Amino acid sequence: MRIKKARSSGRDIRVASMNPDKQPAKFPGLVHETPGGGILSGPLEDVVNWARSNSLWPLTFATSCCGIEMMSTAAAKYDFSRFGFEVARATPRQADVIIIAGTIVNKMAPVLKRLYDQMADPKYVIAMGACAISGGPFFYNTYSVVKGADHVIPVDVYVAGCPPRPEALLHALITLQEKIKSGGKRERIDIDGKNI
Amino acid sequence: MVEEIGTTDKGELIINVGPQHPATHGVLHLVITLDGETVRKVEPHLGYIHRSIEKMSESLSYRQFIYATSRMDYLSAHINNHACAMAVEKGLQLEVPERAQVIRVLMGELTRIASHVLWWGAMAMDIGAFTPFFHAFREREMINDIMEESCGARLTMNYMVPGGVMYDIHPNFHRRVKEFIAQFKRKLPEYDELVTGNTIFRARTRGVGVLSKEDAISYGCSGPTGRASGVDCDIRKVQPYGIYDRLDFRQIIGKEGDTYSRYLVRMQEMRQSLHIIEQLIDNIPEGDFQAKTKAVLKVPKGEYYSRVETARGDFGVYLVSEGGLTPYRIKYRSPGFSNLSALDHTVRGQKIGDLVAIMGSFDLVIPDIDR
Repeated sequence: MRIKKARSSGRDIRVASMNPDKQPAKFPGLVHETPGGGILSGPLEDVVNWARSNSLWPLTFATSCCGIEMMSTAAAKYDFSRFGFEVARATPRQADVIIIAGTIVNKMAPVLKRLYDQMADPKYVIAMGACAISGGPFFYNTYSVVKGADHVIPVDVYVAGCPPRPEALLHALITLQEKIKSGGKRERIDIDGKNI
Repeated sequence: MVEEIGTTDKGELIINVGPQHPATHGVLHLVITLDGETVRKVEPHLGYIHRSIEKMSESLSYRQFIYATSRMDYLSAHINNHACAMAVEKGLQLEVPERAQVIRVLMGELTRIASHVLWWGAMAMDIGAFTPFFHAFREREMINDIMEESCGARLTMNYMVPGGVMYDIHPNFHRRVKEFIAQFKRKLPEYDELVTGNTIFRARTRGVGVLSKEDAISYGCSGPTGRASGVDCDIRKVQPYGIYDRLDFRQIIGKEGDTYSRYLVRMQEMRQSLHIIEQLIDNIPEGDFQAKTKAVLKVPKGEYYSRVETARGDFGVYLVSEGGLTPYRIKYRSPGFSNLSALDHTVRGQKIGDLVAIMGSFDLVIPDIDR
């Protein structure tokens, strides 16, 4: 079996997110001044990604404790609607990003997979908290816990904590936005020439 | 996932609610049999968040196993920890210093308020009012800040250890709690104004989902759910632990046993918790916050049981020790499990829209049920 990483189509996202002199994201493209206005020119993909990143609708998916911190992030003090995550949807068909808030156990894993499959492309995943990253406090000596949600669905951003503070979740959401803005796509893996 | 959508012989419709559904407050799966809009039967399916905490605890030491309980009923994390710490203390025959006792009760009552406040916001949201959720979290964040300063975490505090509490309280604790009391006293009438007196809310909840006293006892309902049906089941009163026998507070008992009654009991409990905090906050005794214990705890052979009143009801810890470094068996009696068992009985004959209101008033925390 030959495993090859497909070439990422966008710019290197690590450069964008690790740049210390990072400016606030501007509208992508160049404006050519013309009498009475201007003409914006830029790659369509950048404009689409810019729009996409600023209106991500999360799925209200919470299995356990992290769900409460997710609610805190949505509530008045932290208010993630400031960054475009206002509309939390209860159905996967209307959601763009799934925040895995809580432990995934063996019985829940097929449900999570199904929810992910029901989401329309492009879709993004944030693994919130230690349980979703690796099983966390339930890693050892348990018979029913999936040791990390990435065994079930691919994950874009991981947030550490048990549970993470709302600021940490906000940082993860902003990181996801940066990832989308810079055209970063999830790396596809080719196995024997076949995309999965 | 169980696929049971279809119709029965009588032409009744069978539908699935959950595990991904906003009204189930987690990952509960209900298979509902409907006759038109009337609910005929509700069958809860559990296990979507079964994390095998009881089995896991058998391989953790007597200090470590307490922390897993913060993740069970995460809205009553302190109170769960308290129950476990008490079970170990019973085994070791430890005397907990007075200061630790007072801090434990203070933290427990703050947790109870935080839990009830969150429930109030979620309950209103279930019925269709979105704004109360933001009001509720404003007060909840104040408690979270207090917890963070003293315990180091906002939600899963892990503050109780066998013999006392892990650290002494933060110097700001007294001032912060005073601020919270002042704020919460000012805002509680606002809560009543927003929801309690609301005509729509009353129409949706009064006489809906009546649970009689006999049924509440036979299903083992406890906490506000049981008390709303007239059962005097407040462990703080009927089997006092800690310093509750020396405190002045009332056990709130309802009469009707309907959704509105369960709502009122919780609203009154917040006032009682506030009253307890007011009694204690100026009277925290000086002294040790933790009894002297050995680094490695070995509970003598035997069986120990401790029970506390969490925000959801009677929480019990059954600890069996064979004298080793880890518990031989841990069994938790979680209030949510028994309360959930009464759901089917309560909901039968009600409309499907009321199911959400009734479930909201039961205040279920699913990881507490599944463990």
